[in-house]
Amino acid sequence: MSLVKEVDYGTPAAKSEKTVTINVDGFDVTVPEGTSIMRASMEAGIQVPKLCATDMVDAFGSCRLCLVEIEGRNGTPSSCTTPVADGMVVHTQTERLKKIRKGVMELYISDHPLDCLTCAANGDCELQDMAGAVGLRDVRYGYDGGNHVKTRQNGEENPRYMAKDESNPYFTYDPSKCIVCSRCVRACEEVQGTFALTIEGRGFESRVSPGMHENFLDSECVSCGACVQACPTATLQEKSVIEIGQPEHSVVTTCAYCGVGCSFKAEMRGDELVRMVPYKDGKANRGHSCVKGRFAYGYASHKDRILNPMIRENTSDPWREVSWEEALRYTADKFRSIQAKYGKAAIGGITSSRCTNEETFLVQKLIRAGFGNNNVDTCARVCHSPTGYGLKTTFGTSAGTQDFDSVEHTDVVILIGANPTDGHPVFASRLKKRLRQGAELIVIDPRRIDLVQSPHIKAAAHLALRPGTNVAVLTSLAHVIVTEGLFDEAFIRERCDWDEFQDWAAFVSDPQNSPEEVERQSGVPAETVRKAARIFARGGNGAIYYGLGVTEHSQGSTTVMAIANLAMATGNIGRPGVGVNPLRGQNNVQGSCDMGSFPHELPGYRHISDDATRDVFEKIWGVKLDDEPGLRIPNMLDAAVEGTFKGIYIQGEDILQSDPDTKHVAAGLAAMECVVVHDLFLNETANHAHVFLPGSTFLEKDGTFTNAERRINRVRKVMSPKNGFADWEVTQNLARAMGLDWSYTHPSQIMDEIARTTPSFAGVNYDLLEREGSVQWPCNEKAPLGTPVMHIDGFVRGKGKFVVTEYVATDERTGPRFPLLLTTGRILSQYNVGAQTRRTANSAWHKEDLLEIHPHDAEQRGIREGDWIRLASRSGETSLRATITDRVAPGVVYTTFHHPGTQANVITTDYTDWATNCPEYKVTAVQVTPSNGPTEWQVEYDKQAEQSRRILPRVDAAE
Amino acid sequence: MSATETTEEISVRVGTICDGLAGLEGPLLPILHEVQEEFGFIPEGALQTIAKKLNLSRAEVHGVASFYHDFREEKPGRHVIKICRAEACQSMGADDLGDHAKRKLKVDWSETTSDKSVTLEPVFCLGLCACAPAAMVDGKVVGRVNKDRLDRILSEVGS
Repeated sequence: MSLVKEVDYGTPAAKSEKTVTINVDGFDVTVPEGTSIMRASMEAGIQVPKLCATDMVDAFGSCRLCLVEIEGRNGTPSSCTTPVADGMVVHTQTERLKKIRKGVMELYISDHPLDCLTCAANGDCELQDMAGAVGLRDVRYGYDGGNHVKTRQNGEENPRYMAKDESNPYFTYDPSKCIVCSRCVRACEEVQGTFALTIEGRGFESRVSPGMHENFLDSECVSCGACVQACPTATLQEKSVIEIGQPEHSVVTTCAYCGVGCSFKAEMRGDELVRMVPYKDGKANRGHSCVKGRFAYGYASHKDRILNPMIRENTSDPWREVSWEEALRYTADKFRSIQAKYGKAAIGGITSSRCTNEETFLVQKLIRAGFGNNNVDTCARVCHSPTGYGLKTTFGTSAGTQDFDSVEHTDVVILIGANPTDGHPVFASRLKKRLRQGAELIVIDPRRIDLVQSPHIKAAAHLALRPGTNVAVLTSLAHVIVTEGLFDEAFIRERCDWDEFQDWAAFVSDPQNSPEEVERQSGVPAETVRKAARIFARGGNGAIYYGLGVTEHSQGSTTVMAIANLAMATGNIGRPGVGVNPLRGQNNVQGSCDMGSFPHELPGYRHISDDATRDVFEKIWGVKLDDEPGLRIPNMLDAAVEGTFKGIYIQGEDILQSDPDTKHVAAGLAAMECVVVHDLFLNETANHAHVFLPGSTFLEKDGTFTNAERRINRVRKVMSPKNGFADWEVTQNLARAMGLDWSYTHPSQIMDEIARTTPSFAGVNYDLLEREGSVQWPCNEKAPLGTPVMHIDGFVRGKGKFVVTEYVATDERTGPRFPLLLTTGRILSQYNVGAQTRRTANSAWHKEDLLEIHPHDAEQRGIREGDWIRLASRSGETSLRATITDRVAPGVVYTTFHHPGTQANVITTDYTDWATNCPEYKVTAVQVTPSNGPTEWQVEYDKQAEQSRRILPRVDAAE
Repeated sequence: MSATETTEEISVRVGTICDGLAGLEGPLLPILHEVQEEFGFIPEGALQTIAKKLNLSRAEVHGVASFYHDFREEKPGRHVIKICRAEACQSMGADDLGDHAKRKLKVDWSETTSDKSVTLEPVFCLGLCACAPAAMVDGKVVGRVNKDRLDRILSEVGS
């Protein structure tokens, strides 16, 4: 294995279809029109010396190192800023150029420390490389004059010297090494879109400044690391590289955080991870990353990680470390005896959206073939199950329609119930780039998210609706589009069922669905809705992106169908730049749904009652499958409380923290006889577990993740599992202990089985993924290289189906006792229940969950910034600190659920989506009152948690 | 402006300036000029207000404001004397003239006298090379400045 070195072409690729041929140093090279001479030369294999150019950002022309001579032209233009022209003859190395370059390098080096041997970038420094490339041997100016390098000069303090900024937990800024190439500033602006950096001052005083001469942590910086990646020297350097040294080999893999599915190079020294560097060929992220993916991997080696299997008879006992054999034997016997006593259906399992496709496939196979029932569910139950239902009903597939590249062709974006800058940061950066190029944005969200307004971004309309009124607002948008004749009749007639459209059109045209009527419920001014509808319908390519603010409602499935209706009515399906795009929360939530994690569906979204589909699996698995759908998570818990469900295998999910109505979940778990938690940490669910099977991280196994754009990305093992086994091996060993005859030796064999049984994966295998990097399903005979955009010539289900979306308000209502509406979300630096990110330095940004409350509501209640408050709903109460902000409207409060101490889900109710049981996290009527600190429940909970995490000291058997 | 003006009051005044000029193409520089005109300098917090109003980042506004030496971070003296230190003026004795001014006013470049009467600033070319050494007193250019002439100017401005 060696270090994957990606070629830096110096400037971004030109997109023109017209080509131009030039001659560089005697070699002809043909490139798209608009390519820079620098890039064209690199494509011919000739590297022009450069410092300020890198292909992630536009050419800048400031370092004066990349000068070339062009026959017939005067002077020495910079090759990065000069585009190619047909017939151009370029010389990159002439006596004149060599002299100029040497002179430029001399100036750079005259104000740069000469500590190369002890510098963290030694071996990975472009300044060092260029000094070598131009043959610098001497610096005539000496090092005694004004400089930024020495702390003291002529016996006095050097006023130009600035100490290192170490405020960011992951990287340092050492101004003394800065050559002011602006690559960091431009990466922050062009790639990340945050504009947190600038060059302050001018001339010799110029230097990089985060914010207004602030330190990195206090500035607007979001720690995505694009600047660190862009820096050609050690000025911006990962602390891990400073501590460990340069990596010697790297492996391309896929991030295990959100559903964007960024590709990274895991750069290693031995079996030690030195750093994660986004991979430019990664088709989801195109070389960019966020703070989580790039930096927050420390949880993999955190001291809290459990590496040995453990069991206990009662959850009040301390844990006892045992061998893998004993743990698996114990589990298998328990499960079998439960089934003997309470029936086959008394056990079940939950697959993980954090684990690979292969692992998920095995867990559902274990349940269906081994447990002999269909009691399998997954955390998508609590996030995107309405997406599956809604898009399957309207379009015929349970997934988003586009790839992420599609956003580059979008003219108008509707963003509903998603906060991409926090939840899907790399997609947000790509979206912001498109918005800066002129695309319009309509935000439908109760909260003023960053994309409503942030530097260089301003939404054309913000529909700040009351939580719970999504359906009404979307229907009112449709009302405007239909009544004003803005729909795409040709598209609808060709691609959809015209009669159904007419029924739908009649429904939305009803005056009770007009923006003026809906305004009473939603609080969104009718004029804003009308404006937004016109922009979307007339604006060109219209794309809809949405998140859990759509699905986690009692009308989640209705809202998804309302979105689909809107896209079909405006003809925005089936080409780049348009579509319906669910932003999936977890790395493999798409994959876990694809892999048959739902109780009623076999892999590929085929109903369990379908004889032909069952037959395929029965033949290969050699068992008879139950044709009745099994229990969903909430039903399993209900059944447990009733005493008919007794055992559960939970892989990589913390239902106690992430599922609604914590007390009910706890009661369900407590009523079971054998709860098996397979995870990295003793999570909250494990407080009620009898068996703990240690899990492996994404760094420790092979497999695939499927991201929000249906892209199947390879996950590659970069180190051996610290716990001894990859998760797929653990599941296989459990299956064997239960008497199943499994003998997979590599996840690729599992993928082959998936391909054999599942038509949308028929063409997928590891060789193809190796060759192509990644593919988007469906990948089969019809689409051997996958399908970036779906429904191109027609909908998967045949004709697109318009569904009448009657608005049925939730039963959860505000009243005198609970006058406020609570909605929930997440924050950039933390991820989901925080099991991973809380165990990294990301906590520097978000130490605790806070309740956002409008100044008006806060004043009425006598609440000041930072006060402890009691948050109570009909379900329960908890305490946390308040922060006062006008991001939320009066009457609405907001919090995150990253910290178990907060227990936000003690508050949420058990109302769920009518079609899929997806819980209504986004609307809870609450009251907020001042308090002194944590509630009794929180104190009690902490005590119980601490009690249940005790592990007996290991007693080694005497020889 | 009173000495006790709060950050909020400053922000309101800066905001009004922004509102008046935000419609211009490239409004940042005109706004910075207007703010300096209004306050005599760019008060702390003004940049944040401007950034918010123009939908720019704090960093960007700081980058622009710090690029131009004419934008001051502190309130200047009642009078501002700028002495040209560019090549032509240097060749005609501007350095001596500068030293003389510094001695006389007991300040260094870009400092204000303790009685707040005069701020001394360097400037690089006033376009008066033919009449070097040149200076600028409260916005008016003065040519062929020698020590005597400078003393006269200083006494006129009360220092």
